Amino acid sequence: MAIMANLPVLGKWFRIFACLGAMAFTAIASTQAVAGVDLPKLEHGKGDQCVDDVAFIRRHHPDLLKHHRDETVRLGIRTTKYSLKKCVECHAGSKTGSVASSEEDFCVACHRYAGAKLDCWDCHATKPGKQVPDAKPVLPQHGGSK
Amino acid sequence: MSDSVNSKQEDRRDFLKAGGLVAGITLAPGLLFYGVAQSRAPEEGVSSRQRWGMLIDTTKCADGCNDCVTACNTENGLSGKTGPQDSQWIRKLNVKDLHTGYVQSLPMMCQHCENPPCVDVCPTGASTKRADGIVLVDRHACIGCRYCMMACPYKARSFVHEPLHDQKPDVPRGKGCVESCTFCVQRVDKGEQPACVEACDAKGHKAMVFGDLKDPQSAISRALKSTDSVEVRADLALGTGVRYQGI
Repeated sequence: MAIMANLPVLGKWFRIFACLGAMAFTAIASTQAVAGVDLPKLEHGKGDQCVDDVAFIRRHHPDLLKHHRDETVRLGIRTTKYSLKKCVECHAGSKTGSVASSEEDFCVACHRYAGAKLDCWDCHATKPGKQVPDAKPVLPQHGGSK
Repeated sequence: MSDSVNSKQEDRRDFLKAGGLVAGITLAPGLLFYGVAQSRAPEEGVSSRQRWGMLIDTTKCADGCNDCVTACNTENGLSGKTGPQDSQWIRKLNVKDLHTGYVQSLPMMCQHCENPPCVDVCPTGASTKRADGIVLVDRHACIGCRYCMMACPYKARSFVHEPLHDQKPDVPRGKGCVESCTFCVQRVDKGEQPACVEACDAKGHKAMVFGDLKDPQSAISRALKSTDSVEVRADLALGTGVRYQGI
């Protein structure tokens, strides 16, 4: 302080540079923080809520889908709660009509953020099919056997 | 005397009534059992109480008609091309008797064998037979080795060589996997007929009958009981679910 008091001009410039430096540092740091932690902005799916608690689905959807796929392929169980087809029906983006066509689409946005490679869409449709009303009557007998 | 006759008659009546009741009780569970065997709750898996099969009457199959193939392509999202690298789940064949020159037309696809050689040779368990007899490829486990294609005596399987786009939501398909006729499993699980059978009926040929081989009342069981039908390559004893008549 004694030196600054003796050199008032230098002290003034020092203070200005110090302020500018601090501002720049804060600005850079905050930019980096935003780029690092911002969660992907996901479009809200159809309906009010997901088929289960969202935190549970976020953590466990790979296991749920894997379990469901084995039951569907091997046992012919086609329940809709954890069905990939139903995920697509609710979460297809409004711009692309798909869950995985652009980087903003539901599945891709999050998986890109998490750095987890997705290969579901090599085979599965990313867009919902023609909506078949649930009220469609199912034949009473299988395969027209009578 | 008359009293004893009356009492005997009453006894007889009671006996018949009781007999009728017992017969009713015995019959009713049987009928109920049929009902259970016919339909399945969504959360209930397939069971070996059913076995899906198909009977193809080659005398009704018209030469030049391709409607079953087209319907299959549309239902399952196939391109319809017939090159060596294109998927064909059902093909129309013309079979000619070289001695007489008689030509027959018939559709050929996965025969959904009781003892499928494709399942025997699969190294990953991807090639699989469901409990209800439908033979499928689980693409999640298929590594694309194509042993099953070599093992199949009916040339029923195809390999997907190039990336695909715009698949059907009900029929996932992709590069690097083997695939074949599934009896339109997505429809059968809903209680509908395979697309080829529906198309053949719509055309009025009615050459294909699909149904449950284990249900003695089903149209296919009755047809099989009353007509002569054969397995293709019966010498291999594969127990095919698809049978042909008229060849």
